[in-house]
Amino acid sequence: MAEFVDGYLLPGLWIVAKILMLAVPLLILMAFLTLAERRIIGAMQMRKGPNVVGPFGLLQPFADAVKLLFKETVVPTGSSPVVFFLAPMITFTLALLAWAVIPLDVGMVLSNVNVGILYLFAISSLGVYGIVMAGWASNSRYAFLGAMRSAAQMVSYEVSIGFVMISVLLTAGTLNLSELVEAQRGMWFFLPHFPMFIVFFISVLAETNRHPFDLPEAESELVAGFMTEYSSMAFALFFLGEYMNMIMMSGIVSILFLGGWLAPHEMLPGLSVLAPIFTWIPGVLWFFFKICFCLFVFIWVRATFPRYRYDQLMRLGWKVFLPLSLIWLVLTAGFLVYTGKLAQ
Amino acid sequence: MIIATLAFYLFAIVAVISALNVIFQRNPVHSVLWLILTFFNAAGLFVLLGAEFVAMILVVVYVGAVAVLFLFVVMMLDINITVIREGFLKYLWVGATIGVILLAELAVVFGGWVMSPDAQKLRTAPAPAPDALSNTEALGSLLYTNYAYLFQAAGLVLLVAMVGAIVLTLRRRPGVRKQNIHDQVNRRVQDTLEIVKVETGKGVS
Amino acid sequence: MALNASLRTALLWELLTGMWLTLKYMFGPKVTLNYPFEKGPLSPRFRGEHALRRYPNGEERCIACKLCEAICPAQAITIEAEPRADGSRRTTRYDIDMTKCIYCGFCEEACPVDAIVEGPNFEFATETHDELLYNKDKLLANGDRWEPELAKRLEMNAPYR
Repeated sequence: MAEFVDGYLLPGLWIVAKILMLAVPLLILMAFLTLAERRIIGAMQMRKGPNVVGPFGLLQPFADAVKLLFKETVVPTGSSPVVFFLAPMITFTLALLAWAVIPLDVGMVLSNVNVGILYLFAISSLGVYGIVMAGWASNSRYAFLGAMRSAAQMVSYEVSIGFVMISVLLTAGTLNLSELVEAQRGMWFFLPHFPMFIVFFISVLAETNRHPFDLPEAESELVAGFMTEYSSMAFALFFLGEYMNMIMMSGIVSILFLGGWLAPHEMLPGLSVLAPIFTWIPGVLWFFFKICFCLFVFIWVRATFPRYRYDQLMRLGWKVFLPLSLIWLVLTAGFLVYTGKLAQ
Repeated sequence: MIIATLAFYLFAIVAVISALNVIFQRNPVHSVLWLILTFFNAAGLFVLLGAEFVAMILVVVYVGAVAVLFLFVVMMLDINITVIREGFLKYLWVGATIGVILLAELAVVFGGWVMSPDAQKLRTAPAPAPDALSNTEALGSLLYTNYAYLFQAAGLVLLVAMVGAIVLTLRRRPGVRKQNIHDQVNRRVQDTLEIVKVETGKGVS
Repeated sequence: MALNASLRTALLWELLTGMWLTLKYMFGPKVTLNYPFEKGPLSPRFRGEHALRRYPNGEERCIACKLCEAICPAQAITIEAEPRADGSRRTTRYDIDMTKCIYCGFCEEACPVDAIVEGPNFEFATETHDELLYNKDKLLANGDRWEPELAKRLEMNAPYR
């Protein structure tokens, strides 16, 4: 019995506790991200945004959650109910699942696997299922068209995301995310890989179905795309899944290009005066700041650009980003071999 | 260790059940979804074997790309089950014959199974410590040295397949006006617009 | 020139200028009115909730000529009239169905004695339909409540009539 408690029960409880310590702040961040998006877009459109519920509207996300909870769940006729309700759950779960390998600080990671990047890539490529299943199970034309668009879009942009990831991991010489961040000490990868940083970010916008690539839910053509038939908590899960995906992708961008938990003074010699303060700020906070910056850019882009047309989106993915990232991959590999810096 | 065993049985049982469901589902979309679950459990089994690279590649390639295309195609088809079932009995004997032949072949293969003489030696050969070499590195160093030509050949086969698919589907239709984005973006006001001061009663010639 | 154009494309120059613009607006002044606490300006011709006015001595203005009833395009007004005890002709019933009214202001313009007017009040939403079927008492009460503003608005608008 004692062996069972020491060997399985306590470690198991500790793992659950660690998961909760990671997931709960993430969910809170997600709740406030919905508010932040509305406030920031409001500000950029010369509006104020929601500011009535609580101070600065800080309680608005909770008011929204309560409202959605009390709404009626509608299952469309001719739908297949199991798939219909599985779809939002998959979307939401996958976005949380990725955090299992994302390191927040030195050694602060749930599972330090050797193939971290591949895991992230696999998880992000699964996101399409939630949407396709939703579109099919809804038994609705709008939802189906939205799902079709989204599936094609996500599969297309995954290709360039994959190639950019390969360029980065060639430079770092590892698939492990913690080692990848450590490899950026002295030079964050967004500097040497700057064009790919931009390509990656734009691809991420397409992958998360965010503006200006939110064609799956283009409301002027498809009502709400794959979410048309959803209501109540099922809709909320989709909605929150989109925001969780944004946070996850921001985390990936921070890890791959912005040096994860590293403080900026090691890269910029001019900032070495501030080094004591910067090192005093824990790495988790630096990581958090970087994620927040990426999220701000997500929202900023949404406030600025109009929606792409579908054929333009495909053209951008296949005819611009794919060749560009391929050429860059070859250039990176060539440069690394030439200078002898290729990791053995 | 017991957790690994439990995990193995979990993955194995779910894999078998979902594989059976792939066959027995009436709705083809449900079949594909069960197929995806099968892939997942296979990936889980690979992880238990310590082959995490293969597991991830399985998820990325099969679940992330191949199954999506399956789902795409199957969703587009509007399959009427009763129509499909109509010829079931008529073609049953063809299917049954093929099944029997396959079974016989499998029996022959397994009956003639001989352990390779080197296999036992390879198994007892000192494997590198698991920490020293991750299986990504191990796979890479094997693929790009011993099997480099085969690897390149496989790549060429895929390239030929891709070129073939494009050649088969690409058709040039005359008279189609396509958007030239480069020209549109580079169009400037001076090139297209002329501002003329028109005198009263003269008009523009 | 061509080089310049392709450089601009490669640097995503137009996208960057767009984003700079939105960033500037983010810190600019906001145009939102904090509605229940702040309100926008109203023209003196604004056509809001109806009211029946009185003369300063307390006598009601309406003489039951039924011009408003006749002109009302939505037929929202119903008037019944009888001679009063002192012989003057007055309405016994003056109903406006506010759910039919289209707020065109014709009643106000038809009225020879400025009795029926549309006031500045637009916040008269109710929870039931019945509450929006105004009768004479309600309209007169509205007139008493808003009289200073109604008089002021009529005075400001008088030069244009």
